[in-house]
Amino acid sequence: VRPRQAIFGSALLLAATPALAGMASTPAMPWWGWPIALFLACFVMGIVAVPAGIGGGTLFVPIVGSFFPFHLDFVRGAGLLVALASALAAGPVLLRTGLASLRLALPLALVASTSSIGGALLGLALPARAVQMMLGALILGIVALMFASKRSEFPAVPKPDALSQSLSMHGVFIDGATGRTTQWHVHRTVSGLLVFTGIGVLAGMFGIGAGWANVPAMNLLMGAPLKVAAGSSGLVLSLVDSSAAWVYLNKGAVLPMIVVPSVVGMMLGARIGARLLDVLRGAAVRRLVIVVLLFAGVRTLLKGAGVWL
Amino acid sequence: VNTRAAAPQSHEQLRYARLLEWGARVGLWLLVGSFALYMTGILPSHVSPQRLPELWSLPVHSYLQLSGAPVGWNWLSQLTHGDMAALSGVAWMAACSVPCLLSLLPLAVSRQRGDTALAALCVAEVLVIAVAASGWITGGH
Repeated sequence: VRPRQAIFGSALLLAATPALAGMASTPAMPWWGWPIALFLACFVMGIVAVPAGIGGGTLFVPIVGSFFPFHLDFVRGAGLLVALASALAAGPVLLRTGLASLRLALPLALVASTSSIGGALLGLALPARAVQMMLGALILGIVALMFASKRSEFPAVPKPDALSQSLSMHGVFIDGATGRTTQWHVHRTVSGLLVFTGIGVLAGMFGIGAGWANVPAMNLLMGAPLKVAAGSSGLVLSLVDSSAAWVYLNKGAVLPMIVVPSVVGMMLGARIGARLLDVLRGAAVRRLVIVVLLFAGVRTLLKGAGVWL
Repeated sequence: VNTRAAAPQSHEQLRYARLLEWGARVGLWLLVGSFALYMTGILPSHVSPQRLPELWSLPVHSYLQLSGAPVGWNWLSQLTHGDMAALSGVAWMAACSVPCLLSLLPLAVSRQRGDTALAALCVAEVLVIAVAASGWITGGH
């Protein structure tokens, strides 16, 4: 596959996501058309999520919430499970290769999973329109972050703080690409814990994967190497989304008809996306995803305001 | 992921990874298998798939009122229904980190000086997931 063809193909597929939902929304659509349309849409999202460097869970809630007729309560429940399934599947490899650090992830996951319960309860208690408007604003914020975010491969950490040392939040990372060995440790642990408390609330409230926030918080704020931050983010997600998913399950906001096609479609798509990583131009796919997220964010915001239903 | 140059990982990290791998694999198969039983009609459903399009656009409280679907752990008593059986895969995935965390406790307490921080973090995380799962503060029962 030539890079241009691959980019063109993925652009067409991503653009087809609303069209798939539109096709399915025709009155004559049989009930079984919905899970098929959802599976295809999630398959496409899975393909583009990997080269775009964004979690499938982050794409799921804005896109499915905007273009499918499911109530936001069920979309958020499914979104959490999509992010959870992806994180659980990736976790073992990341841990074995040292790309994820249990010592770094556990304290952050503990505060975030605690606050995610509150976020989930709040999200299910607030009026749907208010949640939709806040979600729209959050998606536009994520788009801005994707535009402006800086990353540091190996941030300088002059001195680890006492808390991170007592929690053994350090390790050795060997970069598979360069062979470089790095002894890493982190600082600003209290600030990091506070930020992760907020991230947990957002993850629970909106059912949205929080990798977009986890990675900058661990990398830029706490000083973890970029690849360790990205890998550990998946481990944090697996614990945070577990807690929040129970809230949605207990409240009856988990519909297998929405969850299963989404999880399977996203995971299969991510496998294809990982194989296309070498031929796709990540920057081009990322720009495409930003445009789709921008559109979904504006639509979600206007839907919440009752302007564009 | 390039695994050739990976640094040797700690026992706790490898143990967690091994259990998580099994947990995630079983959860995914349970999810897909039970959903297949639901979709093929081998198991009857509590809410029929044909009726779902008129219900899934409603807020969850309206959906529960109209469908009579169970909340909390009550789905466990209706596992003979395909849609309820499919929730078992969801519950498994949301719980499969718990044994991984508990498996670290013997490692944490058996060390010469003891690793109380790791043990405390694992116990606290298990408690958080257990509280969420219990429905105690979420009003699931």
